[in-house]
Amino acid sequence: MKKKIAAVLVATLMVGTILVGCGSNSTASKGTKHSAALVTDGGGIDDKSFNQSAWEGLEKWGKSQGLKKGINGYNYTQSSDDADFLPNINKLIKAKYATIFGIGYKLDNAISSAAKENPKTNFAIIDSVVKGRKNVASVTFKTEQSSFLAGVAAAETTKTGRVGFVGGIQSDIIKTFEAGFKQGVKAVNPKIKVDVKYAGSFTKADVGQSLATAMYNNNEDVVFHAAGGTGAGVFTAAKNAAKNGKKVWVVGVDQDQKEDGAYKGGNVTLASAVKKVGTAVEDLSKQAAKDKFPGGKTVTYDLKDNGVGIVNDNMSASAWKTVQQYEKKIENGEITVSPK
Amino acid sequence: MLYSRATKALAIPLISIIAGFIIGAILMLVFGYDPIQNYQNLLIGSLGDVYSLGETLRNMIPLMLTALGFAVSSKAGFFNIGGPGQYLMGWFGAIVFALNFANLPTWLLITGSLLSGALLGGIWSFIAGFLRAYFGTSEVITTIMLNYIALYFINFAIKNWLASKGSDSSPNIARRASLNTDFLQKITNNSTFNWGFFIAIMTVFVIWVYFNKTRSGFEVRSVGLNEAASRYAGVNVKRTIIIAMLLSGLLAGLGGAIDGMGNFQNISVSNSLPNVGFNGMAVALLAAENPIGIIFAALLFSALQIGGLSISVYSNTPSEIVDIVIASIIFFVGIKYIFEAALAKNWLKRMHKKMDRGADK
Repeated sequence: MKKKIAAVLVATLMVGTILVGCGSNSTASKGTKHSAALVTDGGGIDDKSFNQSAWEGLEKWGKSQGLKKGINGYNYTQSSDDADFLPNINKLIKAKYATIFGIGYKLDNAISSAAKENPKTNFAIIDSVVKGRKNVASVTFKTEQSSFLAGVAAAETTKTGRVGFVGGIQSDIIKTFEAGFKQGVKAVNPKIKVDVKYAGSFTKADVGQSLATAMYNNNEDVVFHAAGGTGAGVFTAAKNAAKNGKKVWVVGVDQDQKEDGAYKGGNVTLASAVKKVGTAVEDLSKQAAKDKFPGGKTVTYDLKDNGVGIVNDNMSASAWKTVQQYEKKIENGEITVSPK
Repeated sequence: MLYSRATKALAIPLISIIAGFIIGAILMLVFGYDPIQNYQNLLIGSLGDVYSLGETLRNMIPLMLTALGFAVSSKAGFFNIGGPGQYLMGWFGAIVFALNFANLPTWLLITGSLLSGALLGGIWSFIAGFLRAYFGTSEVITTIMLNYIALYFINFAIKNWLASKGSDSSPNIARRASLNTDFLQKITNNSTFNWGFFIAIMTVFVIWVYFNKTRSGFEVRSVGLNEAASRYAGVNVKRTIIIAMLLSGLLAGLGGAIDGMGNFQNISVSNSLPNVGFNGMAVALLAAENPIGIIFAALLFSALQIGGLSISVYSNTPSEIVDIVIASIIFFVGIKYIFEAALAKNWLKRMHKKMDRGADK
């Protein structure tokens, strides 16, 4: 992190060799370098979840292109309030970033209006669909599929026959996690009870902790969270329960959350239903740099193309095997997971 | 004497501001960032061009109004922490009105939305004021609790009544109901600057007149200075408490209404209470609750916030550094009483010495 701020760019990578293709989205004004930046939806780029994953994807892309963080390279701005969305986006536009990502559906209004005023800049919105703007690419994830596998993992692991789900804010996006999880549990054993709770926030670890503690006390031994920063509390609750001798698990979300489950004496992360926002950000940045930005289109990531998936953190061999079997079934279309 | 009091009133906020900036600079140096460059980016990013200026002025609106709200109750001796809740209620009220009465003529639609927002904010603080006046309930506790009731009630209302299924924000209000017009967008290079700014400035002057030229304003101040003495002098204390609290919420609610109609155009489920309600308190403190001072304090805060967003765009410095600057300024405003006390003691001592010497002669 410690380095000079003087933003002298020496990157000489030529990315503009392929300038054919849909020329409607002209990118960087001069030179051949492409720049990209993202705006977070409230959490920081260190939220161990959604925003962090997006930022890591952008960093990876930037570094692979020999770019530096900052003007003419890659960058981020953090929003501490919804009122920051538009100013943040506009500041990036002014700093001439060619592609701007809105990380999270909360930014769709802001992205849409910024896109209208700045037809030459590429915009991408994650987890939402912005219609009628030719310079906006909408990115969605079939998270019901990865959540289905999380459900299978939970059902294969539970000893008590009860599992829990902690959601962030009740919205279409988080509902897909809930729906997928329930279907996965049901596929393995319809008798297992799924307890669903919502924290009403993506940033309240304390609420996540109290919800999860209640669940573990209620003999629900596997909890899947789809709650961003709130999920940190779910891990705390699980670790506390584990230290008291209970055998409990958490299924992480968005990123591989194995690290978050580590405590002295063990690890409570069973698996992680990953949603590779980073991959999406990386892909779109690459495409934008090649002038092939999918503006106006909706790009969907699913199990098959590795945009979502399940990571085995501490599953038993037999459970993991079952999960992989279901994974194949979903991929080849034998099982269709409903998002609702 | 008067002159020195005025300079003292100005000196303390100024010293605090400078000290805040110095603390920020020291921190940046410690962590290896360039303070001069960052402050430069901050300045350019807040006032450097019409767009930034537009954003800064827009961001001032809710700060000014929530600060005024806090100042009014504070002058009456009450600590209204309910700014965030009242602001939210105002935002909610304005959007609900604008969505439901979209067919009204434009002038009626806009005034109706603004008024219902302000009124809802007012009702919210009225509850606390009423409880305080008649039952002596601590307004600090009630306003904090009312904040949470407002937050969760509004989240519930949005999810169940306003938003289409699965979404967590209301539809946008009609363009005609917005305070942000094409003309203003054009001259400020697509910023969110809106007519609400002028409403807010006018409100500041109205409140200044209220405090300084009206009987009710005088009563509010006198209750704040000494409740018992005011009662003895014939002031209806209960009524005054309620008026001060009501007015306080009306102002914060108006702030929310303008932000909703001018900036957001809709209302969405929020994770937590809006920061602006709390920042308003800081602005009021920095301005020593003086309505005119609030304009300048709000400008400073707003510029720091909007300019602060630029810091991480143009350098590797995390934008949180600005929060530290803001917090340090408030910290120094807070400890001004220590300075004052120290100064006053010194002054008293010197006076005594002088008097002693005078007596000797």
